[in-house]
Amino acid sequence: MRVSQDKRIRFPFIGLFKGMAFTFKYMFKPVPTTMYPQVQEIPVPRARGVIALHVDNCTSCMLCARECPDWCIYIEGHKEEQPPSKPGGRVRKASVLDRFEIDYSLCMYCGICVEVCPFDALFWSPEYEYSSYEVADLIHGKTRLSDWLQTVPEPPALEPHPEEAP
Amino acid sequence: MITGNFWADVILKVVIVLVAMLTMALVAIYAELKVMAHMQHRIGPYYAGGRWGWAQPLADAVKFIQKEDLVPNGADAPVFKAAPYIVVASTLATFVVIPFSPNLVARDLDLGAFFLLAVSSLTTLGVLMAGWSSANKYSLMGGLRAAAQLIAYELPLVLTVVAVVVQAGTMSLIGIVEAQAAPVEIFGMSISLPFLIKGQIVSFVIFLVASVAELSRIPFDMPIAESELTMGYLTEYSSLRFTMFFLGEYAAMISMSAIAATLFLGGYWFPWLSDEALVWLGPFILIGKIAVMVFFMLWIRSTWPRLREDQLQDLAWRWLIPISLANLLVIAFFKVVVF
Repeated sequence: MRVSQDKRIRFPFIGLFKGMAFTFKYMFKPVPTTMYPQVQEIPVPRARGVIALHVDNCTSCMLCARECPDWCIYIEGHKEEQPPSKPGGRVRKASVLDRFEIDYSLCMYCGICVEVCPFDALFWSPEYEYSSYEVADLIHGKTRLSDWLQTVPEPPALEPHPEEAP
Repeated sequence: MITGNFWADVILKVVIVLVAMLTMALVAIYAELKVMAHMQHRIGPYYAGGRWGWAQPLADAVKFIQKEDLVPNGADAPVFKAAPYIVVASTLATFVVIPFSPNLVARDLDLGAFFLLAVSSLTTLGVLMAGWSSANKYSLMGGLRAAAQLIAYELPLVLTVVAVVVQAGTMSLIGIVEAQAAPVEIFGMSISLPFLIKGQIVSFVIFLVASVAELSRIPFDMPIAESELTMGYLTEYSSLRFTMFFLGEYAAMISMSAIAATLFLGGYWFPWLSDEALVWLGPFILIGKIAVMVFFMLWIRSTWPRLREDQLQDLAWRWLIPISLANLLVIAFFKVVVF
């Protein structure tokens, strides 16, 4: 028999029987499974359930679409001319979002789009019940992504302002 | 003779063995699902059948049968198709000689133990046929591993059974059970003891290890190791033929447990019960002992990791066979010289 260098192992095969005692003990312990359709699990407030879109903040800059590892964000937009802010001023341009879709059948919930958005247009929401019978229904459009915005929890309060340095 | 007509008797016995075996195999599958789930901190089947998921094995069987019965293009079709039936038939044949009570036995052969070993080795043939005829590398590797493993572990299995036969002085399984029921003088008291306590403890442990290896169950499931060989010799099987292999595995588990219970734990015999009571309680006592053995197999399955191929051969050839030979020698010595 090969002798183990580990001094903790006193008897050969003792680990096998320790394992058996362990599994036997666990057979009688209550099971921590949540019976999902009957019992709903409440996710933590900052769980990564679904991504919500604040349309007004989006400038269709495409950063999220470019950074997405799965390329599951589709954005189309165009520029519209706005009246000048002062009479006689220059005609301003504003970008308008035509299409913003996230394909949740591809999304891997990495959150890079939320991180990378420079205008705070994307947020995590803890909602998770949006499975569907058809893959096409997992592509959430602009309106559906905006609806998720109501479920976004309040961001944690800022830390109290430190004392001004003397 | 039950009905008086020979052929009617044969058909009745076949039907009883088939129904009893398949029911017990389904119960074993259900027990494996539930016991393993709870040992792994899960619930296991829950909805099928309304309560505790009791209908899950039936649902699985129906699902398997619904699948298309595929035969691969390059496969040796007749051999491929016959293999599962050989595996199942060889398993069912062991139940011919296993006594469920003093008179509830399909046929009490004088060479019962020999018949058991011969017939249960036929499983190897079925497995080899499946592996060879599938025209698949995984199947071939699985079949080769199975052959190497089953040959290696057949030897300690046979040697331990021989040790029991030497002590009992008979190969008839009813004779072996009666040898265990016969009282022996210990410290002035006359008590009956199963062979497990009457000096066969080493044989029993070796028999357990070798029988789990014969069944190719974890921790000895190298022939069907999923992570390396997909499913070994089962890779190309689907539908009814896969179901046959599946049921055959669990039926083999029960038949091995029944053999172990008969040889070492006293079979249908139980202390403090009269012969008249054993006639009626015998089957339940044997099924209880089978259940204990099956639970043990499920227990080690959900606890121990799989052995590597060389460790597996190492254990058989370098440890189990020499120990079982020495054990046989010691038991023969005591039988001849001391008693």
